[in-house]
Amino acid sequence: MTELTDLYQELILDHNRSPRNCRRPVVPSRQAEGYNPLCGDRVTVYVSLDGEVLKDVSFEGSGCAISTAAASIMTQGLKGKSVGEARALFEKFRRLVTGDPTGDGEPELGKLHAFGGVSRFPARVKCATLVWHTLMAALNDRGEVVSTE
Amino acid sequence: MTTTATTPDPSTGSTKAGSFDPIRARRDFPILTRTIGGKPLVYLDNAATAQKPQVVIDTIRRYYESQNANIHRGVHRLSVDATRAYEQARAKVAGFISAARPEEIIFVRSATEAINLVAQSYARPRLGAGDEVLITTLEHHSNIVPWQIVCQQTGARLRVVPINDAGELEMEAYGKLLGPRTKIVAVAHISNSLGTINPVKEIIAIAQRQGVPVLVDGAQAAPHLPIDVQALGCEFYAISGHKMFGPSGIGALYGRFDVLDAMEPYQGGGEMILSVTFDKTIYNHVPHKFEAGTPNIAGAIGLGATIDYLDTLGLDKIAAYEQGLLDYTTKTLASIDGVRLIGTARHKAAVVSFLVGDIHPHDVGTILDQEGIAVRTGHHCAQPVMQRFGLTATVRASLALYNTESEIDVLGAGLRTVLEVFGS
Repeated sequence: MTELTDLYQELILDHNRSPRNCRRPVVPSRQAEGYNPLCGDRVTVYVSLDGEVLKDVSFEGSGCAISTAAASIMTQGLKGKSVGEARALFEKFRRLVTGDPTGDGEPELGKLHAFGGVSRFPARVKCATLVWHTLMAALNDRGEVVSTE
Repeated sequence: MTTTATTPDPSTGSTKAGSFDPIRARRDFPILTRTIGGKPLVYLDNAATAQKPQVVIDTIRRYYESQNANIHRGVHRLSVDATRAYEQARAKVAGFISAARPEEIIFVRSATEAINLVAQSYARPRLGAGDEVLITTLEHHSNIVPWQIVCQQTGARLRVVPINDAGELEMEAYGKLLGPRTKIVAVAHISNSLGTINPVKEIIAIAQRQGVPVLVDGAQAAPHLPIDVQALGCEFYAISGHKMFGPSGIGALYGRFDVLDAMEPYQGGGEMILSVTFDKTIYNHVPHKFEAGTPNIAGAIGLGATIDYLDTLGLDKIAAYEQGLLDYTTKTLASIDGVRLIGTARHKAAVVSFLVGDIHPHDVGTILDQEGIAVRTGHHCAQPVMQRFGLTATVRASLALYNTESEIDVLGAGLRTVLEVFGS
């Protein structure tokens, strides 16, 4: 059970049960849709930008516990950050969930450290990163659907 | 089974008449002794691909170690032997599905390729704008997309037979959809996602009355049921080697001889010709006309060995054993609060699709994997079926001859762990 409880940490289960910022804002300035054809998960990320600052980030969609919690925790952590900081945080998060040894011990990751267990489940890395790829597409304002494949 | 004897072999799982011993059969499959994270492998993903008995692994190794040569080419001994082994494998496939003659078997790389061959070589020249291809909601993507492609190429229209809430074809709707513009019907023998056994004999008989040919996708049926294409009366039947305990990269298309003989080649190349000049090429005879290039010789011979193995066990006995195991699995799952079965057809093969509370199938699959249990989670390459039930994914346990009731108990315990982890 150790690897399992490592993956399904209480924080992840809590965000899966009651996802934060799971809503469509009245006027998002940017949005993008992400799709994982492997499991059929879909997520839409909405961003309200104030210049280079992410004033609000929210999402809608359906997915597994990992992808739902990843979306919920991501949206919480990004409010007030700059676009550059969001990109840097994604890079650190990506290193964490893919088991890149340089990815651990990054204080900026905060609650995102809960996803450290994902690295031992290679089939689930895409579940954790889909919402981030979708966020990047929204920030780049590309109109197309982001796919994990 | 017309060409091979079915004498019981004491070294395999078949014992006395009417009985089947899965514990003995398990010994024929070396992979079943391995562990996953320290736990015995419980392999319940047989509809994706089945495991291989030692005799098939040995046959392929022996072929490459001592028999390898190209076929239908050389006069040297190795080539003659390899050609004979390859053609014997064709005869074994013909016997396995009760084809009238070996020439009615075309070796392809998969059931998918078999369907594409029929779509392009049979249907494409015969379809025009306004004609119709009739498939069903239960189809695997491999029996949908080749028809969509040929419809786009010809202006024909794809029509789809609906299913009811149990996952059974609505036969009344089928009768209505089968119209004067229907040029071919393509239907799965067994649904890969729900396990429904379709009434293919009735489907074929109805189509025949209107002179419409039928392709049966038998990828899921071949490892579980005795097949008799002459009794069914279908024009085409597709099987897949790897799903019936044989090698991957080999499959077979059965086509009734007169139908194949009237068809154009699928691909051009070596082997499929009798003579080539820059002005004119004369095609080879059926079945070689459809086998351009050096085929998967080892795969075909390995498939032949698989058929010998299955004949020894007896598919009728396997089918009876699996029905009992399906009942046990259905009861086990029904006893767990929160488990909901998707697909409850009256006639089912040993495939069980289900949901666990509102827990996403991928989370279920990851937790079961920690217990050594391999299940498929996702849409099973049958998204229209998922859409029919308003889902994006299910968990699927698909059983085979070597699965046991004690493995189903492990699955049940694994599902209780899932519920525990998620605090449901």
